[in-house]
Amino acid sequence: MNADWIWGLIGGALIGSGGAVYLLGNGRIMGASGILGGLIDGSGRNTSGERIAFIAGVILVPLVIWLTVADSPDTHLTSNTVVIIAAGLLVGLGTRIANGCTSGHGVCGISRLSLRGLVATLIYILAGAVTLALFRHLWGLI
Amino acid sequence: MRVLLSFVTGGLFGLGLFLSGMTDTQKVQGWLDIFGNWDPTLAFVMGGAILPMAVAWQLTDGRRPLVGGSFPSLPRQELDRRLVIGSVLFGMGWGLAGLCPGPAMASLSYGGFGGVIFLVSMGTGMIAAPPVVQRLDRTAAST
Repeated sequence: MNADWIWGLIGGALIGSGGAVYLLGNGRIMGASGILGGLIDGSGRNTSGERIAFIAGVILVPLVIWLTVADSPDTHLTSNTVVIIAAGLLVGLGTRIANGCTSGHGVCGISRLSLRGLVATLIYILAGAVTLALFRHLWGLI
Repeated sequence: MRVLLSFVTGGLFGLGLFLSGMTDTQKVQGWLDIFGNWDPTLAFVMGGAILPMAVAWQLTDGRRPLVGGSFPSLPRQELDRRLVIGSVLFGMGWGLAGLCPGPAMASLSYGGFGGVIFLVSMGTGMIAAPPVVQRLDRTAAST
């Protein structure tokens, strides 16, 4: 099996384990957009401690690995600032309107056989594939 | 305790995103690039993540969360306009840059200036969302 796929499985298992700790421990759903969004727009003020701790973990652990053992990982993010800004706005707006992103709808939703989670996941994958096909292969912009 | 468990959750999530390569936009866009050089890695990440979560959901049966409260009930499974419109917008942004909220946060320390711009834009989009949601709910209620 391709090494990338094995690392994908291992990384995925850790992501799912994180979600399991959050669910069984705190009784909450691990959705990155919901945790961050509730902190930014003030709707999750009464649970801000948990939200900040989660985000600190998400940022600090990769930082520590990067500084200690791993080579500088290349993120391959486009250098086109207009594309970055447009993409960021769409991701922020879309995840809050749909009430979930890849972690919430995809990982936590599908695993409990939620129809909403499954449909949201299929829609954003399809929308992403069409967007990429248009912008990369048809118009050559990204 | 709640805060500590949240930190552990975030740490496992960040570690998983780092190791799986999901902070590499090339991998994510490779998954979406059906008409180009398709990369199935994301399916392995999703599969690896869904398995422990499925076990966790089974364990919620008849129990309470470790530090109190109750488990989240399954929301109404209605496929409303919000879910469809929001997911389309999110998918478009995801395809354009190859970043979703989790990896955007996880790669903050090494994602460079572009990663910071993405996070600020994403936060702006999140702040702009509540009025849009209200409007969608209002028009849905009136039709």
